[in-house]
Amino acid sequence: MTEPSAALADLTEISSQIESAVLFGADGKVVAATMPDEQAAQVAASAKALLEQAAQIGDGELTQIEASTGDGSLFVVKDGTTMIAASTSAEPTAGLVFYDLKECLRAVAKPPAKPKPKPKPKPRTTRPKSNGTS
Amino acid sequence: MGRRRLIALGFAVGSLLGIGLYARRGREGRERIDLYFADGSLVSLHSDSPEAAPLLVHAHDALRAAAT
Repeated sequence: MTEPSAALADLTEISSQIESAVLFGADGKVVAATMPDEQAAQVAASAKALLEQAAQIGDGELTQIEASTGDGSLFVVKDGTTMIAASTSAEPTAGLVFYDLKECLRAVAKPPAKPKPKPKPKPRTTRPKSNGTS
Repeated sequence: MGRRRLIALGFAVGSLLGIGLYARRGREGRERIDLYFADGSLVSLHSDSPEAAPLLVHAHDALRAAAT
């Protein structure tokens, strides 16, 4: 599992369109963010409220949202109990932004790669001492 | 001469105001919310729909908090 803050650092480095991002849990608690804590808490609270209200529209399970405004766009992606909200400038390439956000969530959720176990050294078998007759 | 200048000035100010209002209206008109569901369906809500208004409020709040 990648550290959440490292995953966000990778995200903002990879995507030139994403200006800021916040990782948060189902309870709205901030896990990691590219901004100060107070700001991140406000973004997470608004994004959580947006998700909850939007979930009442439609029958299926809501997984992602793009809100396009004149000031920029807000993206919210949900993966299980972890969510990410990101802001971009106006008219971003939505498909790319969603892909990068999902990759970030995957990196955070992925269990750490287990190091390959070293092969156990075979126990040495003591050969019976030859008596030199063969 | 003075009257002509005044008319020209009024015309210029009016044009600038018109351009500003048109740009603002265009920006607001472009506002929308796209909801993607797990089954692959998409619901797109434009700013003039009653369902979009409360969602856009939250989106604006989040964007404002992110920008400050």
